[in-house]
Amino acid sequence: MTSFVKPKIRRLNEPTNALGKSRADYDGAMSTLCAGCGHDSVTAALARAFYELSTDPKDVVKVSGIGCSSKTTTYFLKDAHGANTVHGRMPSFATGAAAVNKNLTYVGVSGDGDSLSIGLGQMAHAIRRNVDMIYMLENNGVYGLTKGQFSASSDIGSKAKKGATNMLPPIDPAIMALSIGATFVARSFSGDKAQLVSLIKAGIAHRGFALIDVISPCVSFNDHKGSTKSYAHTYQYYHKAVHADYVPPSEEITAAYDEGESMPVELHDGGTIMLRKLDADYDPTNRASAMEKLMQSQQTQEILTGLLYIDESRPAMAEHKKLPETPLHSLPYAKLNPGADALRKLQEEFR
Amino acid sequence: MNGPGINDFTLRIATVNGTGSASANGLLMKAIFRMGVPVVGKNVFPSNIQGLPTWYEIRVTGDGYAGRDSETHFVIAMNPETYADDLAELAPGGVLLYDSTWPRPQLLSRPDVTVIGAPLSAMCNDAFKAARSRILMKNMAYVGAAAALLNLDLSVIEQLVTEMFAGKEKLIPLNMQAVALGHDYAKQNFKCPLDFRVSPLDKTKGKVMIDGNTAAGIGAVFGGATFGAWYPITPSTSLMDSFQKYCEELRVDPETGQNNFCILQAEDELAAAGLTIGAAWAGARGFTPTSGPGVSLMSEFIGFAYYTEVPLVICDIQRVGPSTGMPTRTQQCDIQLCAYASHGDTRHLVLFPADPGECFEFSAKALDLAERFQTPVFFLSDIDIGMNDWMVDELTWPEDYVPDRGKVLTAEQLEEVDAFYRYLDVDGDTIPYRTLPGIHPKGAYFLRGSGHTKLGRYTEKGPEYKEVVDRLYEKWKRAAAFMPQPVVKTAGRPARYGMIAIGSSDAAVTEARDRLEAAGVPVDYMRIRGFPFSDHVAAFVEAHEEVFVVEQNRDAQLMNLLITETSAAKEKLVPVLHYSGEPLNFRFVFEAVETALKVRKIA
Repeated sequence: MTSFVKPKIRRLNEPTNALGKSRADYDGAMSTLCAGCGHDSVTAALARAFYELSTDPKDVVKVSGIGCSSKTTTYFLKDAHGANTVHGRMPSFATGAAAVNKNLTYVGVSGDGDSLSIGLGQMAHAIRRNVDMIYMLENNGVYGLTKGQFSASSDIGSKAKKGATNMLPPIDPAIMALSIGATFVARSFSGDKAQLVSLIKAGIAHRGFALIDVISPCVSFNDHKGSTKSYAHTYQYYHKAVHADYVPPSEEITAAYDEGESMPVELHDGGTIMLRKLDADYDPTNRASAMEKLMQSQQTQEILTGLLYIDESRPAMAEHKKLPETPLHSLPYAKLNPGADALRKLQEEFR
Repeated sequence: MNGPGINDFTLRIATVNGTGSASANGLLMKAIFRMGVPVVGKNVFPSNIQGLPTWYEIRVTGDGYAGRDSETHFVIAMNPETYADDLAELAPGGVLLYDSTWPRPQLLSRPDVTVIGAPLSAMCNDAFKAARSRILMKNMAYVGAAAALLNLDLSVIEQLVTEMFAGKEKLIPLNMQAVALGHDYAKQNFKCPLDFRVSPLDKTKGKVMIDGNTAAGIGAVFGGATFGAWYPITPSTSLMDSFQKYCEELRVDPETGQNNFCILQAEDELAAAGLTIGAAWAGARGFTPTSGPGVSLMSEFIGFAYYTEVPLVICDIQRVGPSTGMPTRTQQCDIQLCAYASHGDTRHLVLFPADPGECFEFSAKALDLAERFQTPVFFLSDIDIGMNDWMVDELTWPEDYVPDRGKVLTAEQLEEVDAFYRYLDVDGDTIPYRTLPGIHPKGAYFLRGSGHTKLGRYTEKGPEYKEVVDRLYEKWKRAAAFMPQPVVKTAGRPARYGMIAIGSSDAAVTEARDRLEAAGVPVDYMRIRGFPFSDHVAAFVEAHEEVFVVEQNRDAQLMNLLITETSAAKEKLVPVLHYSGEPLNFRFVFEAVETALKVRKIA
């Protein structure tokens, strides 16, 4: 139950960020997920990323659908508005909310059931609209809350806890996102906090829709031998392709970078993402080659991680729809009411 | 009841869809309107883009009734496929005009009507070269013939043609040439005008001809809506078209070029609901237009908005169901669906506009109610109101209107409170306060469709759950006083019988009531305009021996809602049901009531 309040225990001389807030100020209610659940690590990474970015929690909006992953929006940033919506329908709710106020940061948290089965259509269309939000897909290959059915991200041949073998091909969210024009596609592992935190920060800074597919094992229903989404399997096949560091506008880029291995991507907020290619022939700014690499890795069962693709050129929904600086809720009625003369004039065609 | 006469007849134009006849038909209706004579226009069209039969009905109604007549007195038959039906539907004494380029002697099979032919195609083929313009000019040629036969003012027609082709002035003389072809042929070959015809009046001053969807879209602009999302569906599409058109004309910031609105085309109705609810939760005044199938798809989200108390306006432009049904035909078949949409104990606010004037008023009213009561509000229109042009008073907007944004705490107010609880009934009026994202950290809360306490926390405890849903019920009941109140028309002398109707049935019921009274049967009439029902509804039923509930569906949805939701005695309610998909006509209502009363007398 999400009503448990996490006790506030502050250490002496706790470090603080630029807002004077400590890491604990980015916490939420106590998690009620199973001990060892990958999702709790993702929650911690989100809190850490916002803390490091010195984001004011009140300027963040958290949204989720239904499922274990979707519960986690209560477990971080208690001072942010949050909404636990309808199964598979978080993307539309988030898109509507994001349209109202383009100055806030929107975090969607979803799972493989919520996003790849019931919500596949909504997720795809949020990607197409390039809604300015970060979308965490906590991917464990299984329906946890209903106790162990295969999800659409289960690999062919992966075994369920009760012994059944999945025969259907998986939907790879990264490949799907690339194919429909996604502008930020990343993959990570709940067990790699450093990589996850830096990807989240980059995703938040990105203008537009940032998908982070996080392999996040389910300890209760999908962490056994024969499962391809277990901790053991993920550690074995995990392969870092591109490292990404977000450098905020205020900081100078100090890291040395060698042509061919590292490249800076300038962001619209004035910051930079420093990409460090761990595979020399991987180009995360080329959609076709990123797609090819991902499809190859699917065949070799390798779990390719890092910032797999980035495109800063496509306008986000807010630019595309010419949304105003003032949030829609604060536009004065005088600006919305065209007035009696306009009403009279527009009716001329009805006479 | 009434025969055809001067300013009192119905004209029906039968064409093939996709041939450009709509603008010619609109022109005919406008010409009569501009001659100061009230008109009623009904478009009877197929769910198709090109090639199927379509009809346009113009009722000339000098006494100003706004409903449909089921009799046709003059047919312009331009579709050979439907000649037989068009001939059969003509009232005795009627006239049928057809394109005699290809003579049809079999049309002479009815001795009680007059069939006249004009070689419209032949004349247009001689006069115009391009194939497409021959088809289009044939439409203008029948306008000309009708003008001669019905005594329409050619200068009014010329003025309308001039307005129609503003910016394409080259086309004006060509179109007028086609009008003259038809006009002159009729004049030279038949006794013009006919006995039933148009004679100028002064009854359309201060009036406009507008459809309900256009009016509702304008209402949303003036009502201060800043957000709209929709999935295209007949017959609601033109509502969003209107909102978009007037937003683009009137709501683009002249200084920044930015839009003071956001319109999103959704991938389906589930998303349309989600988009609108998300925007409303974040503080925008939003709405989504749809039709019955869309409401079915939105149902899960509707329950979510009800339980989490997020404002949501759904404009349901009803069409014939179930399933795909007859998507271009009209019914009032979603009354029960909208009253209770979604699983669990849910009940909503419903507005029943009766004409485009009320569509304009109620679309803004729906926004106010949704934000005041933080709940879904249905604006329940239908094809007849939404897609047909009705003559209504010129739309005016109250100078002193201020949108009711409901109880939303500002940053200053949040600064002063000790703590904010989303579902706490602080004022004892069943409505809690809400906050918007990004305003103040004290305002942060978590919206959830799962069980929650009055403090907004998760719960699975019965008493805590009940406390919230009991308040929701009280809140819903309280809204009854804020809905538009019923409109009552009382007979000139004490009436034993009453009629109740909603929405687009009003025009036909009003006329039937007048004619019943003239025929010696005084009947009182109450038009309900909102759900939950006003207390006046039960009192009205109480005050009469019997009350006819007139509605456009098979299952007596309104009557059953009255039985469930008011204290009205079930035995007193008599259903009068019309559900063929055609707009309701006054003769149907008149005859249903008259027949029922005759049976009473015999018994």
